[in-house]
Amino acid sequence: MLEIKHLKLTLNGKPLINELNLEVKEGKIHGLLGVNGAGKTSLANLIMGTSYPDEGSIILEGRDITRFTISQRAKMGITLAWQEPARFEGLSIREYLGLNRNLSLSEAEKYLWTVGLPPGEYLNRAVDGSLSGGERKRVELASVLAMKPKVAILDEPDSGIDVVSLPHIMNGIVEMGKRGSAVLLITHNEGAVSVSEEVSIICAGKIINSGPPQEMCHWFKNNCQTCPHIGEPDYKGV
Amino acid sequence: MLAVKEYEAMLEAYGKAGGNLDALKSKEVGNLVIHKNKVLSVKEADGIKVETEETESGVNIYFLVKEGAKIKYPVHLCFGVLPEEGLQEIILRVEAQDNSEVNVIAHCIFPNAVDVIHKMDAAIKIGDNAKFSYHETHYHGEFGGVKVIPKARIEVGRKGVWESTFSLIQGCVGMLDYDFEIFGDEKSINELMVKVFGKKEDDINIVEKIHLNGQGARGLAKSRLVLNDNARAMVRGETYGNAPFARGHVDCIEIVNGDGVAARAIPLVYVNDKQAKVTHEAAIGSIDKKQMQTLMARGLNEEEAVDVIVKGILR
Repeated sequence: MLEIKHLKLTLNGKPLINELNLEVKEGKIHGLLGVNGAGKTSLANLIMGTSYPDEGSIILEGRDITRFTISQRAKMGITLAWQEPARFEGLSIREYLGLNRNLSLSEAEKYLWTVGLPPGEYLNRAVDGSLSGGERKRVELASVLAMKPKVAILDEPDSGIDVVSLPHIMNGIVEMGKRGSAVLLITHNEGAVSVSEEVSIICAGKIINSGPPQEMCHWFKNNCQTCPHIGEPDYKGV
Repeated sequence: MLAVKEYEAMLEAYGKAGGNLDALKSKEVGNLVIHKNKVLSVKEADGIKVETEETESGVNIYFLVKEGAKIKYPVHLCFGVLPEEGLQEIILRVEAQDNSEVNVIAHCIFPNAVDVIHKMDAAIKIGDNAKFSYHETHYHGEFGGVKVIPKARIEVGRKGVWESTFSLIQGCVGMLDYDFEIFGDEKSINELMVKVFGKKEDDINIVEKIHLNGQGARGLAKSRLVLNDNARAMVRGETYGNAPFARGHVDCIEIVNGDGVAARAIPLVYVNDKQAKVTHEAAIGSIDKKQMQTLMARGLNEEEAVDVIVKGILR
């Protein structure tokens, strides 16, 4: 579904993404584990098109979309749930879920229930600063669900989330996979990738290992949490 | 123009401006319709008294909400000048007596203005424990030939509530010189909100002043402006915390979305009681990049994304 080949991005001479290769398959949740500064958000931005790589390509269903705009990618079925989602004054949650498409009331309600937000309380609230961080993230996930994307990039959907909200977030992610989306679940929390079919570990802008979730979590704990290589431009991986 | 025809023309313009025609025709709903200096309709709802006096350049109005009256339906006001030229000066005196409650919806309509002046000078007194909501929406044509000069001085009694919105987002503003000043007594709630969409050569000047004079009084001076083309705007939000436990906030956002725009904001917060607290925030800038990217990642193009953000801010 989504293939990333030899992707490179440098900033002020420092490689943020370094020869990165990755494939995310249809209907599968692919976990991307990495510590802070490993290049996770940079990769998310490159896939969504908020920035462009220096080298390499991003392929969606066989089509090279590396130079496509954000809107073009979104229209092809890619979307991103930001780590810290933007807030919108005067825009209701119902309107936010139905951006650019006709979304029935029952559909909007269904997506909110999926992420554990009672529609009666939330549909008419604004997507503004009155929502807590956890509420906003759940709304973000609901809006990604509502878009029925081919590829959903979820940038740390679990970070800063309370224990009450977390199961709802995870439920929403699992639901996305069940509905056929290819999900790239980006996190630094090895517990969160347990819902994935496959996990890759990113370090210094490249994928250094991939495999089943349990094995990768174990590997991540043993090798990454005290990693001396973070940010090293010439790090070649394990 | 005959009065009947004037009235019909005003109703038509009122409907086009988003006014509620059914409400204006209802027997239970209070209304007041004025074209230039002619009073075309006055309807007093139970608990409300309205006196009018036509002058050479406008109308003097006395609007009374009787003590304890809770007005069931919003009272609708419709002021306007339909020809290309004209002057309308409204001298408004409002008295909302103790324990009364009313919601007033005003539409000001200048659809064909090339050289029109609309002035309002209001002295408003809100009694103890009374609540007055005032929402004024303007509908201007695309010529920008309107000078709108609303000025109000509002006194809010003990535990009284004043909340108003002034919205000018349809058509060209022309020149706006808005100046509202509130004096809030003990435990009163005092809120001013202005929303303006400036474009072309619009010239916008906004002053919102709130004096929190009574213990525990609360105030909010809020403004939302979007400026396109060569529009210019100056917003002055002032809040004075003059009593213990007074709490006030000045909140101004101006989005600049044109090469020739000029936007200024001067928030002034003043506290002269050690137990009072007044805060402010003002932001002027282009449309937030993160908001744009978020909307575009949901499939909107750039123009659609701007539209969603602007409409939200001005809602």
